[in-house]
Amino acid sequence: MLQKQRSRLTARGKTKACVFAALGDETRLALVGKLSGGQPCSISQLTKGSKLSRQAITKHLRVLESVGIVHSVQAGRESLFEFDPTPIDEMSKYLDFVSQQWDQALARLKSFIED
Amino acid sequence: MNDLIEKRIELKAPISRVWRGLTDYRELGEWFGVKLNGPFVPGQISCGQITYPYEHVKWEGVVQKMEPERLFCFTWPHPKSLDKAEYASGDHSKDPTTLVEFRLERTATGTLLVLTESGFDNIPGDFRLEAFRRNEGGWAEEMKNIERYVAKAA
Repeated sequence: MLQKQRSRLTARGKTKACVFAALGDETRLALVGKLSGGQPCSISQLTKGSKLSRQAITKHLRVLESVGIVHSVQAGRESLFEFDPTPIDEMSKYLDFVSQQWDQALARLKSFIED
Repeated sequence: MNDLIEKRIELKAPISRVWRGLTDYRELGEWFGVKLNGPFVPGQISCGQITYPYEHVKWEGVVQKMEPERLFCFTWPHPKSLDKAEYASGDHSKDPTTLVEFRLERTATGTLLVLTESGFDNIPGDFRLEAFRRNEGGWAEEMKNIERYVAKAA
């Protein structure tokens, strides 16, 4: 892993925030859906078509930012938000790892029991 | 994203045999790869040392339920890193935990075992996965060892 990525992971660890928990909300999931196209969006763009206020959307964006799924970038006087898939990739890799461990343990259980 | 792992496996053995393989601490130790200090008791911590494949890692689970030949479940911690040096220097008192459940059902040919592990939303997204990646080669080698062991034992 690159040094830059590693220090970002460590910084994120300090927030003690959880990727799954951050995604366990319909509004935030919808925001991630909008941003996952790759195009950075302003708060106005993200508020458009939503029943929620700018403030509410901003609060949700901050939660996503705290777990590193979203980053804000300054474009002139405006803040744009962009999607970063790294934490989600990391979590799904971790789940794959645990899942694989179980496949192997259960295969050992099967031989142990059936022999 | 899925917060649950589920595995279903058919075992050609009576439900009583499978129950013993899961809940007798010595038998679980054999196939799981852990040396446990004593029997499982609901509500109590079960401690031991992993013997395979992460020998430097401690086993610490809290047994939740033991409903004979039906349900065995416990919670256990997920350390932030399984890398030997990082694990040794870490404080594991606050490791996030998940719930592991083994459910058994009698079938025409034996027993259906349904394993679920849930609660991954407790786990922060900063796990040190490079340790796992480094281990990938080692894993393949270890799997061959098991195959050899199982073939010999059979």
